[in-house]
Amino acid sequence: MDWPILSTIILIPLLGSLTILLINSEDEIGNRNIKIVALYTCIVNFLASIFLWVNFDKLSSEFQFIERYAWLAENITYHVGIDGISLFLIILTTFLMPFCILASWTNVKNKIKDYMVAFLILESLMIGVFCALDLVVFYLFFEACLIPMFLIIGVWGGARRVYATFKFFLYTLSGSVLMLIAIIYIYIVTGTTDVTILSGYDFNYSIQNWLWLAFFISFAVKMPMFPVHTWLPDAHVEAPTAGSVILAGVLLKMGGYGILRFSIPLFPIGSFVFTDLVFVLSVIAIIYTSFIAIAQEDIKKLIAYSSVAHMGFVTMGIFTFTDQGIQGGVFQMISHGLISSALFLSVGVIYDRLHTREIAVYGGVVKKMPIYAAFFLVFTMANIGLPGTSGFVGEFLTLLGAFKVNLYVAFFATTGVILSAAYALWLYKRVIFGVITNDEVEKLLDLNLREYIILLPFVLLIILFGVYPNMVIDLTATSTTNLIDNYNYAIEQYQSHLVSVNLEIGT
Amino acid sequence: MNLLIFTPVLPEIAITIVSMFLLIIGVFKKNEKTYSTISNLAILSLLVVLFLIFSGSVPKGVSFGGSLITDSFSLYLKTLILTSSIIILIVSNIYLRNINLLKFEYIILVLLSVVGMMIMVSSNDLISLYLSIELQSLPLYVLASIRNKSSKSTESGLKYFVLGALSSCILLYGLSLIYGYTGSIYYNEIASNLSEYDVGILIGVAFTLAGFAFKISAVPFHMWTPDVYEGSPTTVTAFFAVAPKIAALGLIVRILITAMPNLIADWQSILILLSIFSMLLGAFSAIGQRNLKRLLAYSSISHMGFALMGVINGSFDGVRSLSLYMLIYLVMSLALFISIIALKTNDEHIENIEDISGLAKINPVMALIISILLFSLAGIPPLAGFFAKFYVLYAAIDAKLYYLAIFGVLSSVISAFYYLRIIKVMYFEESAISFDPISKRLKTIIYLLTAITLLFFLRPSIFINFAGTASASLFI
Repeated sequence: MDWPILSTIILIPLLGSLTILLINSEDEIGNRNIKIVALYTCIVNFLASIFLWVNFDKLSSEFQFIERYAWLAENITYHVGIDGISLFLIILTTFLMPFCILASWTNVKNKIKDYMVAFLILESLMIGVFCALDLVVFYLFFEACLIPMFLIIGVWGGARRVYATFKFFLYTLSGSVLMLIAIIYIYIVTGTTDVTILSGYDFNYSIQNWLWLAFFISFAVKMPMFPVHTWLPDAHVEAPTAGSVILAGVLLKMGGYGILRFSIPLFPIGSFVFTDLVFVLSVIAIIYTSFIAIAQEDIKKLIAYSSVAHMGFVTMGIFTFTDQGIQGGVFQMISHGLISSALFLSVGVIYDRLHTREIAVYGGVVKKMPIYAAFFLVFTMANIGLPGTSGFVGEFLTLLGAFKVNLYVAFFATTGVILSAAYALWLYKRVIFGVITNDEVEKLLDLNLREYIILLPFVLLIILFGVYPNMVIDLTATSTTNLIDNYNYAIEQYQSHLVSVNLEIGT
Repeated sequence: MNLLIFTPVLPEIAITIVSMFLLIIGVFKKNEKTYSTISNLAILSLLVVLFLIFSGSVPKGVSFGGSLITDSFSLYLKTLILTSSIIILIVSNIYLRNINLLKFEYIILVLLSVVGMMIMVSSNDLISLYLSIELQSLPLYVLASIRNKSSKSTESGLKYFVLGALSSCILLYGLSLIYGYTGSIYYNEIASNLSEYDVGILIGVAFTLAGFAFKISAVPFHMWTPDVYEGSPTTVTAFFAVAPKIAALGLIVRILITAMPNLIADWQSILILLSIFSMLLGAFSAIGQRNLKRLLAYSSISHMGFALMGVINGSFDGVRSLSLYMLIYLVMSLALFISIIALKTNDEHIENIEDISGLAKINPVMALIISILLFSLAGIPPLAGFFAKFYVLYAAIDAKLYYLAIFGVLSSVISAFYYLRIIKVMYFEESAISFDPISKRLKTIIYLLTAITLLFFLRPSIFINFAGTASASLFI
């Protein structure tokens, strides 16, 4: 195929943002046009990404839709391409964006132009992250995402927005600068930063551990994993609804994606050596943050902590290096992208009405907003991982992978499922059921058409993916098998190397 | 006598003659229009010289019996110095009119200092090195205190002068030791005579580097920077921040690489310390600053520490990274200083960070531009500042100085904090202050420089090759 489809998908939002810059935002009509342009740009981009899905060859283990242009140096090129894993993350991004724009339709009042421009630029950068096949290009997109997100939280956020956005920016930046050093080191040693060439390269075993750590710290902050997860609740609470959606839906997935795309193929030995560390951190994240979630009094904070717990399942699944584990990890990322976004959008709906996220203020919402309550129920159940929803498939597969590898890890992680039921159901009970104690709740109106349009697709997709997960799994299968084969091959080499070293010592 | 041997230094000779000529005009014709006439003539002559250099009309080679050398590296740095001084002169024209300081001497001093800087990057022996540094410094002392009615400006001039004189003494002492132990003032002869290892020469090198460190305000010789930056008129500060530092870094690179390649292990350790301390102190001290110019002074200290990383390895990659760093640093910091100059409230120029609070609401374009520049200074991709840091880190890691690279990135995270604070003030806070309209000429310059910063990533190879060819000439 000749048409550079991936670059087009990266550029469409940028073009949209340039168009918006030209629109006069002084009056009502201008503001309305800005929103419409933003919405159409996102929809067009979504359709373009569906085109990727249709033309994707699921049997090939090679990267597809490859583009390569000369850029910084001979072996640092603009190289993009996708496989099954990145395909769905790109579609997830383009799918969530129109809803972000719709969710901000009425509640963002000041600087609407800057807001839409920031979101569209962010979309370009996020798609770039998932396409990049060159470490420097990846780093460029990965870091550049900080700029629009910093402004989105800082300008349109809640009361403690400055604290939250600084914490977000500095945490992520300090995590990723070490990755930059590792990237430059790789370039000096191998003479290239192209992932497709590097994945066959055998790094020195001891160096590999350091490189793995440098990459892992950066991805762990982004995921976020325990103990560097503390920026997430603050950022989520203060961000505007659409910002939370993007943060939970897409930005968190960059960490998991980075581990799959870079850490494991490039440093299989490092991944092997540190498997136990990742298991311990994942299990702590699952149990500890679930307990914290139970004690939260702010709805968004509760969902944020539950995100950390769910991301724990992702890392646990990936590092089992079994088919089920990695498939489950990828599926869990996509499903969590849908569920947490849906939850944040639902919170946004009631926040727009009462302007508070405190759980205690609500109660008895079902009497005034029955349709909303039904929607929220589906999302809550999906968050718990009820069979029939997409949340179940991800958790089940990752746990299955874990059982094959390490019984203790699986055992403790499973308790997390029970805990998630505890906090999610209790949240639902306190917000939706009960007696109406607050006069404001009495005045609530049920979903309007716009909110209905926003929430309905999420319900459908969550149930669709829950009932028929093969839609996703079929397409990621080849990529994961390929990943695991390469990993196993490298580990075999490593172990025979260890055996030969031991023999030498023995003789 | 064959006059052709002077053609490599024709640019310097031309600017000297022009400055003398302008001085005469200024003295004899003192009226309202004199300033603009002189300023326009100066800008024109600098533009002509810049064009001559850029078009390759200036022949390469040595002159004055080997004292001065013109090669791609010095021509590259001269391009940077001339570009920055042309921009400064254009901006000064507007700025000095605002603060009512139209003194034609200002232009003559800038021109003389530019001549000094151009000789600095060309100097090929110890005498021309010392003389050019003095020629560059003396006009700068006067420029710092040109606002003679303001106590801060006078203070900054005096401080700069006293400390500058001290550093010159240290430098001269170091140079005399080097001469004493090698018996030559020419770089190439010093390099060949250096084979015998001696403690005296080490002291000489240490003193020389201390003198240089003062010129680029590397820690622990940085004390003057914040006060001088704050007290001087802002155009002079912008000039200080860019041109003399480029010249001094070029001079350091040339003397270390052509005269002392054998002593790399010794000067490397000194430079590592200078670099680490500058990066960290610059980053930490800037956090507490309220005054924008003081903040930028500390930021420039930190940036100089970063740039020094490029010299440390003494390799082609290192010098290339440094050359690129200086180019990008020039673009970013000039743009930022001019933006500060451009923002006025009721004819009062802004001074403190709080003065620009809520700028995003009143002048979104300027707020966006300043944010782009600050993100670039913090080294966030895809802006130009990232590439500057990328190549310098590359040089450090290539030299296997991993801890230095780690210090570098950590200090850039700390620096990010205070850059972000300015963005926070502009975007997250509200204010009722209004700003005066910005003149078209300033706007054009700011837009142009910001466009380079923003779009650098599209075709980075243009600038990298430019810096690369220049640096290659040092390693023939």
